[in-house]
Amino acid sequence: MNKKHINEIEDQMKLANEGLPEKERGLFADARPTTVDAFNKYYEGFLNWARSRSLWMLAFGTGCGATELRPLMTSRYDMSRYGIAPRPTPRQASVFIIGGYASIKTIKRIVRSYEQMQGPKYVIALGSCTINGGMYFDSYNTINRLDYYIPVDVYIAGCMPRPEALIAGFNRLKEKIRAGECEGMNEYAEKFDWFKKNQKQIIKNWNMPDYNW
Amino acid sequence: MEQLIKKLKGMVHLRAYRKQRDDLHFIMVDKPQLEMILAHLKNNEGFTHLAFLQAVDLIEDGKFQLTYMLYNYSTSVNLGVNVLIDRDDAEMNSIHKLWAHGWQYQRELHELYGIDFPGSPRVEESFVLEGWEEMPPMRRDFDTLEYSDKTFYQRPGRSTNDPAEYMKEKMYKNYPPSPGIRRDDE
Repeated sequence: MNKKHINEIEDQMKLANEGLPEKERGLFADARPTTVDAFNKYYEGFLNWARSRSLWMLAFGTGCGATELRPLMTSRYDMSRYGIAPRPTPRQASVFIIGGYASIKTIKRIVRSYEQMQGPKYVIALGSCTINGGMYFDSYNTINRLDYYIPVDVYIAGCMPRPEALIAGFNRLKEKIRAGECEGMNEYAEKFDWFKKNQKQIIKNWNMPDYNW
Repeated sequence: MEQLIKKLKGMVHLRAYRKQRDDLHFIMVDKPQLEMILAHLKNNEGFTHLAFLQAVDLIEDGKFQLTYMLYNYSTSVNLGVNVLIDRDDAEMNSIHKLWAHGWQYQRELHELYGIDFPGSPRVEESFVLEGWEEMPPMRRDFDTLEYSDKTFYQRPGRSTNDPAEYMKEKMYKNYPPSPGIRRDDE
């Protein structure tokens, strides 16, 4: 394979950003997400231990489930005991909690926020609505399965789950991180085209870059 | 309130009047007279506040019923002004000159019911549905379950119970059947 051929393939791999106006396309990245390999066993184990003990969650309440985050944050259930802290922007956060139903208007913002988060990043899906639609299974405006649009690490069932259930979900997430099983970010990079296809199928006015890095 | 109704009867053709509570009344007027009567109620009768504007889809009659809910701060009385408009070419006069915030309700009705308000500012902009291509979803002939099955991915294994049957089976097995409440009894 000569160099010209490789360049051609690289050009084909670039994202088209077709939703943007012509003059703005150059302003945004056209690179795809890439997978990140693990370090050697002991160093990665240490990193995972450290990651599991400082989970910074994105304070973006996407649905009614965000109500359960208030008692979790404040003194009654005090999640800072578990090393969890809320952060205001996606760039600083490592855990994204989808609070219940996600309407199409919200899933656009969810995708954008998720892609802007820096790796390693994890997703907790809260409530029955994210699993199979819950009580909104026949709604024209809310999605049924979240894992078709962004990768999900831990589901917490319930409508609504209590803050205790959320703490149990966080502990399950910590176990998974320590075991090195939270590979949602790599999954997103590997199945990027499939996720994009599903996202664009429901978000009809796609007026943002294909990958919001 | 009775005096006001009497007065309104002298002014316009009142199709219906219903008193629901002491502080909640409904009148129904004809479509061409609506703007006039709303202006009169706002300027002369003290109904200065438009609480909401909503639509009901009366698909059996082929009509939309619009409700303009007004509120009088000095007497604490709610007055709903109903008007029937045609369902097929749904169009209504804009009230954004009477109440400035009316445009927002009209934008919502335009998107969710497909009712047109010519002259209303920003009425074509999307309200909650971004990039909607189907028929307006709040119309009753729009099948949400069919659309949901077609658009979103179902997770297999979901089962649904009829709540009444399920509770009878699980909780009230040992009790005699209750007569239940029929609509007519109310």
